[in-house]
Order: sequence, then C-alpha cells, then structure tokens
Amino acid sequence: MNASVPMIEMRAVSKRFAGRVDLAERIAGAIRKPANDGSVRALDDVSLEVREREVVGLVGESGCGKSTLGRIVSRILEPSGGELLWQGRPYRELTGAGSRRERLAVQMIFQDPYASLNPRMRVADIVGEAPVVHGIVAAQDRDAYVAELLARVGLDRSAMRRFPHQFSGGQRSRIGIARALAVKPRFLVCDEAVAALDVSIQAQVLNLFMRLREELALTYLFISHDLGVIRHLSDRIVVMYLGRVVESGPTAEVYAKPNHPYTTALIAEVPRIESRHRAYVPIRGEIPSPLAPPSGCHFHPRCPHAFARCREEAPRLREIAPGRHSACHLNEATP
Amino acid sequence: MSDRAPLLEVEGLRMHFFTREGVVKAVDDVSFRVERGRVLGLVGESGSGKSMTGYSVMGLVDPPGRVVSGRIMLDGTDLGALDEEARRNLRGGRIAMIFQDPMMTLNPVLRIDTQMVEAVLAHQRVSRASALERSREALARVGIPSPGERLRSYPHEFSGGMRQRVAIAIAMLNRPDLIIADEPTTALDVTVQGQILSEMQALCRESGAGLIWITHDLSVIAGLADDVCVMYAGRIVESGPVDEVLDRPMHPYTRGLIDSVPSRNTPGRPLAQIRGMAPSPFSLDGGCAFRERCSRAIESCRVAPAPIAPAAHRTLRCVNPAT
Repeated sequence: MNASVPMIEMRAVSKRFAGRVDLAERIAGAIRKPANDGSVRALDDVSLEVREREVVGLVGESGCGKSTLGRIVSRILEPSGGELLWQGRPYRELTGAGSRRERLAVQMIFQDPYASLNPRMRVADIVGEAPVVHGIVAAQDRDAYVAELLARVGLDRSAMRRFPHQFSGGQRSRIGIARALAVKPRFLVCDEAVAALDVSIQAQVLNLFMRLREELALTYLFISHDLGVIRHLSDRIVVMYLGRVVESGPTAEVYAKPNHPYTTALIAEVPRIESRHRAYVPIRGEIPSPLAPPSGCHFHPRCPHAFARCREEAPRLREIAPGRHSACHLNEATP
Repeated sequence: MSDRAPLLEVEGLRMHFFTREGVVKAVDDVSFRVERGRVLGLVGESGSGKSMTGYSVMGLVDPPGRVVSGRIMLDGTDLGALDEEARRNLRGGRIAMIFQDPMMTLNPVLRIDTQMVEAVLAHQRVSRASALERSREALARVGIPSPGERLRSYPHEFSGGMRQRVAIAIAMLNRPDLIIADEPTTALDVTVQGQILSEMQALCRESGAGLIWITHDLSVIAGLADDVCVMYAGRIVESGPVDEVLDRPMHPYTRGLIDSVPSRNTPGRPLAQIRGMAPSPFSLDGGCAFRERCSRAIESCRVAPAPIAPAAHRTLRCVNPAT
C-alpha cells in the first residue's frame, strides 16, 4: 500500500442529530420560529487522518463528539456531511464483497464490558459467530479458532463454555477484544476501552493493546477522557471541544507545549500522582450545551485569553508547526 | 497535637455480609483516625471495602450487612452506643455524606429549595425564611451561578457537575464536623473535577471539618489528601501521610498501584502491572489476601499479617515489605 495515503481519512465530516418532533412541537413551530431546529451538531466540519500502524489518541470531555467520531469511523453511524475514505477511496464507492471486507477491517471496542456482551450467549458464540458468518473460518473449526483468540488476549480455553456474567470486568473486556479480533481487523476503534476497569486491571489491558499492536500490526483510534492513558499509548493526539477539533499533533510535543488554551487547561487539570497538596486553580465554567453552542470559538466563554474576534468568528484549524494544528485566533493575533 | 480526642477514631471495625453463599468480610479489622481540618484519602479498587467503611461510619449498613465489631468514636462519643434516633440526628447534621451519584442525595420530584429547607429544619430550630437564606448561601458557596433562581429548579434541570455541587451544598448545610465523600468526582469531566476538588479543599479549610475522600484514583488523593489509607480485600494494608506513602510505599500492593500509573512509565513502553486479579470475597482464608498476586510472597504470608508501625504515623500489614 502507498505509504502516503492515510488508512482512514475524514474530510470535513459533520454529524447532526435531530430530535424527533412531536405534535405539540410541530404546532409550536408553525406559530413561531424556534430558536434552533432542535438538532445537535455532534461533529462540525471535522477532518482527521490516521496512518497505517499509527495510534491516534482522541481526547475531550463529555459531549465533545469523540464517541460520535468513533462511531462514524467504524461506520455504525453515517455522517450527515463530508466524506469518509478508506485507503484513499471514499466508502460510498466501495460496494459488494469489497465493501464487506473494508467494513470488517475496522472494528470497535466498547467502553462497557457489561453492556456490550450478550448475557445469554456463551463466549464461544460471542467470539465465534462473526468469523463463521463471514466465512473467515469453517463452522467445524470454530472452537479451535476461538481458543486461539482467547489465548491471544490472555484467557483460558475453559472460558469458551461460560457466560459473560461469570467473568470479572477485566476478563470481560478481554472477551470484547477477542470478539473484535475474530474478523481479522486492521484498524481498531477503542472507545473508552479501559475507563470502567480498576487501576491494576487497566494496566494489564493497556499492555495487551500495546502487545496486540505489535503482533498484529494494528492501527488504533484510541478514544479516552484520560490524558494519562492517551499520553502513554498514542503517537499523535487530537483534542476535541464541542464537536470541533481544537488541536492536534505529535503526543509528546502537544503535552510539552500545548498551543490551544483548552488543551493547556485540560493538561493542567489532570490530577497527577507527583503533584501533592496542590491548590487547584480550575478553569471557569462548564461545557456549554451542544444544543446551543456559543458563537465564534466554542471555548471563548471559558477562555482566559478571549478577545472580541473569538466571539464572532470560529477559528480555523491551521498548521502552526510541521505536523501540528491548532484552531485559535491567538496564533494570528501575535506575530 | 492537642489532647482533645481526634474528630473520628475508628478501631477494629468489622462489617460482614451474611449471604446465602457464606460470610463476606467486606471490612475486616479496619482502624484509622481523622483530625479536624484534615483530609484522609481512602483508596482501593472495587470490592476493597472502602465504601463500606464509609457506610459503616455513617450507620447506613443494611441487612444482610452488619457491623460485627469495632468502635467508631466521633469527638469522644461512641457511635455504636447510640440508639437509631440519635444516629439519625447525626446524619446530615454532624456527619454528612456525598455520594458518587448525586441522585442518591437528591429527590427527583422535589425542587431544590424544598429539599434544602427540609434538610436545615430537620436539624435546627430556625425559621423557614432563614433556612431558605442559608440554602441560597450554600449554593453560592459551591459556585452555582444565580443561586436564588436555581433554588427553584428541579434536579433534572442541572448538569451533572452542577447536580454534584448541589449535593455538596446540601452536605455542607448544617456545617458538619465530618464529611464522607464517596467518589464524588469519578463520573465528572476533568475540568469540572478540578473545580469541585478546589471547592472542597476551600470548604474544609474554612469550616475546619474533617474529610474522608473515598476513591480508586491515587492521583486525586495525591493532590487532595493529607493522609492516606490503602485498602485491599477489606483491610487497610498501608497508611500514613500522603507524601511518605506515595514516595516510599512499603506494601507491594501500594507499590504496584503507583508503578502502574501511566505517568510513572515511559510512554509507549509496557506498563508495570500487578498480575492476576482481586480474589473472590468468598475464597479469603485469613492469610494476606494479596499474596497470590505478590512477587514478594513468602511462606509466612499464609498467616494474617498483623498491622505494624514501620515509622511514625505509618501502619503496614506485610511481613515481607518492599524496602
């Protein structure tokens, strides 16, 4: 494959969720024009590239659209605007058998190891169903295939005959990983995949992700609110705020010298085991409702450096150094 | 230190669940103290007994759970000797609790003012108007904008972070001496967590209340607490001043936890990890519960390690500690 073509590319992707309009709202709407159309812009003109064998960490707080982005990349959701490309080709051009192959190449690992496994299925069926359906493995070879996958994620073969409730949280997330690996994906979208785990188990599962990356040459989009996890795991980091990318760049550089005021605040806010008895100096305010985001730069009501232009005009994501992008008017205001 | 009794002194607390499958020793011989104006961090993973310790102090343990033995002294008074009526008067008065889910505190069908005024009047003989005024002040103190208006809102009209602030305001209403906070920021975003931690710090400093902060997150404890108790499978395995325990951990479990924090590891390299997983509460045999996962386990770990004092203000339950 051509190394210059990203594995996954999002071009100006938007996603709107429209609330269902009931009769009362329709009548109200007919009488007066509503303040907004009731739709949420979960993603607003987001562009993103992930190259082969890269780990991209996507961080942001609740409502920033990071999960929506993950779901669009794994094609659980369709974008409302913009385009999604797989190895340089738009997905809509991929049809038939080719389309199915590309779809299997991207798999998702979910946050909640309790809710994402069918409680009435045995592990052998949870992990083995998809590869048989897709003809990756013959039905009679299924159990051997599942056993091999379980061994890969650090579970015993005896797990096959058991149900999800018979496992701990850490084991359940291993089952979720085995299920994703069963269709031989090349790209994994991990949405808060370790957030629900205890600290000592979290380290084990993170190590598993890093080992699988080496063994299977995987590419990751790793979505997390935990900056410590993202810093440890990812080559490149993308920071989102209220549906927009505000900053991206190589992880070490962004941590060492964040450009966007939101990134700066986010990194400063992370509790660290090294910082003792600290006086917390939090940034003000809360994340505004995505139903009515602030004008201009979405971050301006909380930003210590905001000036008039920030309230009026949304800053564009611009290259501020090779490989680094930031969406902040301050980069242009200062020479 | 003055010769006044400590604000809270817990000694040999045991809280067991009597289930059909057997007895679960959720809290097994736990002792600690909290001084006025100080923050004690209670750290542990799920099932370690940290929340149940908090519930036992509050007197909120329901069957099949029961406090089997131990003493809980608040300012010199033995809480175990009080009747239910007297303990209920303490709850929400001198001792307050903040839960992970603020909806444990809030009633979804009542307006905030109704709930707050009720909480004041349950403990103090003041007029309705002054109770309302005190509620407004409490909301203002936890950083809720236009508190007078927000008093007339229902819980669902607040965001998650604001709802937790309301729960904190209710906990602070009667100026408690002791606050027990059970993972109140775990479900919140990082920036909101920072705000709430800073407000709690200020509130305790101003009021001189003692605070027990229950969490699984060592990093939060590092920034917030003065002292820390690390719990594993119902026991406090190590305790002491935060700096000493985090900089010089002696118990292999504490050390393992600290070493597995991503920021303590080189990015991209495998994280130091504790092998295995927490034991089932039914399979505990009285010996050190960590020994199956411990790299320093020796023969004598089969016997329950008695707490020792390896240094001033520190306790440790380990026969073969890391040095």
